Amino acid sequence: MGSFPSNYYDFFGLEHRLDLDVKDLEKRFYALSREHHPDRFSLESRDQQQRALDATAILNDAYRTLRDPLARAEYLLKENGFDIGEQGSKNVPPELLEEVFELNMALDELRGGDESARQSLEDARNKFTSMRDAIDTNLAEKFREYDTSRQRGVLEEIRGILNRRRYIRNLVNEVEKELTGAAA
Amino acid sequence: MTPLEIDFGKQERVVGIDLGTTNSLVAYMDAAGHPSVIPGDDGGKLVSSVVTLRPKGEIVVGNKARAALIDEPDRTVYSIKRLMGRGVADVQEELKLFPFRVAEGSESVIRIQLGERTFTPPEISAFILRQLKKNAEAFLGEPVTKAVVTVPAYFNDAQRQATKDAGRIAGLEVLRLVNEPTAAALAYGLDKRREGTVAVYDLGGGTFDISILKLHDGIFEVLATNGDTHLGGDDIDNRLIRIALEDIHSEWGKDISHYGEAVQTLRRAVIDAKERLSFVPATNLELNYKGKHYQREITRELFEKLIADIVDRTLGPCRACIKDAGVTVEQIDEVVLVGGSTRIPMVRNAVETLFRAKPHTDLNPDEVVALGAAVQAGILSGTVENQLLLDVTPLSLGIETMGGVVSKLIHRNSTIPASATETFTTAVEGQRNVLIHVLQGERELAKDNRSLARFDLKDIDPLPAGMARIEVRFLIDANGILNVTARDARTGKEQSVEIKPSYGLTDEQVEAMISESIDRAEEDFRARQAVEARVEADRILAAVDKAKQNDAYLDLTDAERGDITKALNELLVVYHSDDHLLIRAKIEQLNTVTMKLAENMMNTAVSSALKGTKI
Repeated sequence: MGSFPSNYYDFFGLEHRLDLDVKDLEKRFYALSREHHPDRFSLESRDQQQRALDATAILNDAYRTLRDPLARAEYLLKENGFDIGEQGSKNVPPELLEEVFELNMALDELRGGDESARQSLEDARNKFTSMRDAIDTNLAEKFREYDTSRQRGVLEEIRGILNRRRYIRNLVNEVEKELTGAAA
Repeated sequence: MTPLEIDFGKQERVVGIDLGTTNSLVAYMDAAGHPSVIPGDDGGKLVSSVVTLRPKGEIVVGNKARAALIDEPDRTVYSIKRLMGRGVADVQEELKLFPFRVAEGSESVIRIQLGERTFTPPEISAFILRQLKKNAEAFLGEPVTKAVVTVPAYFNDAQRQATKDAGRIAGLEVLRLVNEPTAAALAYGLDKRREGTVAVYDLGGGTFDISILKLHDGIFEVLATNGDTHLGGDDIDNRLIRIALEDIHSEWGKDISHYGEAVQTLRRAVIDAKERLSFVPATNLELNYKGKHYQREITRELFEKLIADIVDRTLGPCRACIKDAGVTVEQIDEVVLVGGSTRIPMVRNAVETLFRAKPHTDLNPDEVVALGAAVQAGILSGTVENQLLLDVTPLSLGIETMGGVVSKLIHRNSTIPASATETFTTAVEGQRNVLIHVLQGERELAKDNRSLARFDLKDIDPLPAGMARIEVRFLIDANGILNVTARDARTGKEQSVEIKPSYGLTDEQVEAMISESIDRAEEDFRARQAVEARVEADRILAAVDKAKQNDAYLDLTDAERGDITKALNELLVVYHSDDHLLIRAKIEQLNTVTMKLAENMMNTAVSSALKGTKI
């Protein structure tokens, strides 16, 4: 067993692309697990056990990251020197200002016991969910665009989309929590 | 050790152990490659997880100790698994329902009073493990020092660590902790299904787990797990006990809930009635105590009313697990039932309704976890090939940040080993220490999660505030146990970390318990020597048997053959004694009287079977 790479893509022997075949990734994951898993080294020396543990930890972390398109994009952005954090998703995207304002009102009403707000919340949830789906389609396109062009500008765009998506995801989660929590 | 034993001792034997709340089992992979449960000296496969300290100081474990629950409740303990890795503060609920006698002065580590002595939960579990080890050694005829031990999937870090400590105290190297439902899936997958998505519903004596796995080409990949480490058959028993105690109070005008003996007799009766109710629509619950008699009919209908909320409590974790696994109910091909409580029809119905599939019950729910542990033991020792288990961590791991909020580093259901690296710095100039509080759980505030440990980064180079950069690596290993290492990112030097576990034993305490148990080691050592002597006896007995087929045997005089038969019988007589010296003496005697036979065989240049038995 030679030394193993710590870069997630390199560990899998993959090009640093955003559009990945998840089935192929899984196949590689299983094969690499068979090669590195600590189970195979439990009667070997301490050194070998430690290496197996380290290798498998990277493998698992890598698989978890690469199989999820959003985590994968964040990883690649970071690799390219972008600063990724929750911060970017805390500011309301300007085009959503009005909707977010209404949503917050409805949330307050429901929390205050006004059941009539339920309907508008459900509407808002559906709206934001379809917005999220549209973003995902858009992201998939951008992924392919980056893979062929390798333009840093595309990555900039992707970072913006990711922030917007994270913001919407947080909104949807909050509404879900309120709707199911209030129903219980 | 004789030269022969070196030849034979190459293969490492690893056994699989199910250390259960109610019963414990040990299993191994037999010569044909099938997992098989090892019976105890009473022939039974289940060893009751009951430990009693006899007045003379002898520890008795298992079915023999069960009677002591009634005769000597003050010296006897059961369901100790409920206290593993827990602190006194978080077992208060347990203490109301279970007759655990917590010794005075127990703080972060619980001590249980048995007669005049006190023991920690890992020590009591170690007694059970030692009994299983002994059973395995007697059965296999060889020393057993390595094991795979199962734990509930939903066990947290402290509970896992406590289980590992128990192994160390018992003289067993625990090569791996395996989650119980995963172990069940291994046994099941090997036997019944090799591809597909499987849910394992495991309702045991004291814990509930649900796991969803994907089986593909020998890989058992856990997608998600959920559960409740304090939900099981014990809770069902307590419901029945409570109504019986109320009845008795009003009928006899006497509250017997503080009489250990009476309550234990009642518990036995309740368990029997509960088990019968799985097969008949109604049964009688009876108690005879000090000349008084109590009896009432329990219908299945009443029983189901009593336990409905307990059964219901298992469904929430099931739904959460399905969601986390990212599958739909329709995509689950089969549900496997594990644990004695899944024999209850109401439980089976609830599972069937939720998963919209008839649960799979071909495998014995009491044994399947131990069998799976044996399979995993086979994987580790290399006798089982191509199978690989990929398990997950049941709880998110995080650190406490400003304002008591938890920042999650490793999310629940991450495949293990899993790791996360976080960089810490100092807040004031010249600061030498940074304290990191690590927690497990899903809640947002630190106080609502389970405190795991505090890690003290020590001897940081004094620098202006915010300049130090300490990189801390949190690694959850394949046992689900956290390891923390740190290094100074500026110098690359390893940074010292002092671990202060919130619950459980420190390494020093475990070491102390191991040396304490060396008192008992002599007894163990003698048992081991007897085992080794028996192994040697087996070898010469087999060799003599074989030699009897040889022409050289017929060339001996009647007297010579008579001597051999006599020596052979004498060895057989002492074979099962605990006295290794006696066994060895008889082996030597048999060696002597077969000397001529061996020489004859060599002279005729036939098999050298006997030659090897000369010491």
